[in-house]
Amino acid sequence: MEKKLPKIEIIEKYCKGCHICVEFCPKDVLEMKGFYASVKNLEACIKCMQCELRCPDFAIKVITE
Amino acid sequence: MSKKVAFLQGNEAAAHGALYAGCNFFAGYPITPSTEVSEVLSGELPKIGGKFMQMEDEIAAMAAILGASLTGAKVLTSTSGPGLSLKQELIGYGCIAEIPCVVYNVMRGGPSTGMPTGPSQSDVMCAKWGTHGDHPAICLVPASVQETYEEIIRAFNLSEKYRTPVMVMPDEIVAHMRERVVFPEQGEIEVVPRKSPTVPPEQYKPYDTSFGDVPPLAAFGSGYKFHVTGLNKAADGFPTTKASLVQAEEERQVRKVDANVDDIVTFEEYMLDDAEVVVVAYGSTSRSARYAVNVAREQGIKAGMFRIKTFWPFPDKQIKALAGKVKGFVIPEMNLGMCSLELERCAQGKAPVLGIFRVDGEPINPDQILDKIKEVK
Amino acid sequence: MAFDYDKYLRPGKLPHIWCPGCGHGIVMKGLIRAMDTLNLKKEETAVVSGIGCASRLPGYIDCCTLHTAHGRAAAFATGVKMAKPEMNVILVGGDGDGTAIGGNHFIHACRRNINMTYIIMNNYIYGMTGGQFSPCTPTGAKASTTPYGNPDPGFDIAKLAIGAGATFVARGTAFHANQIDKLIAEAIQHKGFSVVEILDDCPTTYGRRNKYKSVIEMMNRLKDVAVPVKAAEKMTAEQLQGKVLTGVLYKDETKPEYTAEYAKVIERATAAK
Repeated sequence: MEKKLPKIEIIEKYCKGCHICVEFCPKDVLEMKGFYASVKNLEACIKCMQCELRCPDFAIKVITE
Repeated sequence: MSKKVAFLQGNEAAAHGALYAGCNFFAGYPITPSTEVSEVLSGELPKIGGKFMQMEDEIAAMAAILGASLTGAKVLTSTSGPGLSLKQELIGYGCIAEIPCVVYNVMRGGPSTGMPTGPSQSDVMCAKWGTHGDHPAICLVPASVQETYEEIIRAFNLSEKYRTPVMVMPDEIVAHMRERVVFPEQGEIEVVPRKSPTVPPEQYKPYDTSFGDVPPLAAFGSGYKFHVTGLNKAADGFPTTKASLVQAEEERQVRKVDANVDDIVTFEEYMLDDAEVVVVAYGSTSRSARYAVNVAREQGIKAGMFRIKTFWPFPDKQIKALAGKVKGFVIPEMNLGMCSLELERCAQGKAPVLGIFRVDGEPINPDQILDKIKEVK
Repeated sequence: MAFDYDKYLRPGKLPHIWCPGCGHGIVMKGLIRAMDTLNLKKEETAVVSGIGCASRLPGYIDCCTLHTAHGRAAAFATGVKMAKPEMNVILVGGDGDGTAIGGNHFIHACRRNINMTYIIMNNYIYGMTGGQFSPCTPTGAKASTTPYGNPDPGFDIAKLAIGAGATFVARGTAFHANQIDKLIAEAIQHKGFSVVEILDDCPTTYGRRNKYKSVIEMMNRLKDVAVPVKAAEKMTAEQLQGKVLTGVLYKDETKPEYTAEYAKVIERATAAK
């Protein structure tokens, strides 16, 4: 069965570039691109939601079906 | 039907006056010489489903009444001297956030612990200048037990009408003496309700000046949700540092009282028609002054009394008018000359101001005032 | 599915004022999830704070919100709750606001056991004024007013709350974001005064002075020091050295709640009338 990928939305106008989401992603899905967090490897996402939970700035949404 | 009469202390009358005005929440902290207000209301408020709280300190009592007022309650706290000092920060909060409340402060000797059981009139400046920053001030100074009862009701009315803290400040003599009080019938004295919003919750702004200088205040828990802060705020209640808004809001807060002095300022004129010497007095001191004026008249001196009932806003207009007509003012007060400064300001050099200042915990007697009346040439 | 925080946020207020990496935003999200779990009605919920960075939180929450004076949140909130006991009353603030200038109001709210929830974001410092030491700054730590290291011993907020009479006391951390909403929801449901301490980070005024190279190091510290109460039961005193217990630390459902007790006062007074 094909793995259904989530959509990770990064709201740049809220992101303050703190790195928390990138550092604590257990699957290394995210990276810093310039000032903002950005998706590097969506395939690896296990939808654990840790990045969304820990983002202090309401800047990440992990949208799953 | 004959009216209900009682023999009450000023403090007890204050408590009963508050109940007449619809007070349903009191928070206080024990302090001499105002504690009787707490004692009466701890018994009376729960009888009508109201709440009485003895808080952990004076500041907490002030905070609790402001919080309760935001839910629509009619609130009172009582205190004295050092307690008033402690409450000052949050009196300022009440001014800037525009939360109705009544602060009853019995004036005792000071500063600091001073003379807790001795009378004074030395908090009148603290009523206006005690909290920092520009702000409106309303302060009533009753001279009898009956008047304490009535002025508490007026204080509630003014605080609701102008959405601001109002102080009632009897001196310790008025607060502790016992006199006959005639209770008004229900409905005999007007009780002013809070102006509630007419707009639906989604349109409501707590400082919307399109409704005038005193915007309606919604109650927490009544379907309206809004933000309240002690920071300078915009119409929607959220903080702002925008210069033009801050300036306009500060000016409006002061203007809502200053532009209505004729509605707020009350006084008594006693034998003023042909008076050449005017004794200006307030609180218990006015009782000695009245006696002194009577004796002076018997001796052929054209003396009269202007009794201040509303200390703040100060009766500028009335004093200025008198200053152009009289030979001089005499001001007896139980402090080292606080009201006299205001008199001098209003007299503008047109009439001398002779003071009798006592801070020894003893009342000013009529002889002292009479002697001073005779000094006016 | 992504959580819809907008349900309890005031529109147009983000981004918030907190610095990059500050955990206050994580705590606010936890609070919102807890409010959503309990389906709290916005019009019937008051969020009350004092002064400081953490005390700016109510401005973002779409409820009846009251940003009071420094330290006075518990006293204002007591007035709100007593006058309208049917309202949910939630207090938020920092360690300086709650345990220094507001310490007296805090312990007396605990003592009364009045049905409110107090969320204390403990970042060990006065952040808004630029990093002065608070009653929760660890001994020896650097702050703008302890250039030679802090000589003061600190408060244990949870122990203080338990000692003062609070009947629900919990602790979490900004790192353990998933737990915050659960602790807060349980605290709100508890009938009595509940305290939730969230160990937080202030990278701007605490981290930089105390040799934390980054927000991540501060978060890792929270991760490392926290030991859930259940896990701690199986650990030796030696293993627990330098650790901080997290989870529900104390719960007493027998102590009378204050607004209910005052309702009895009203009953007695009206019966006597």
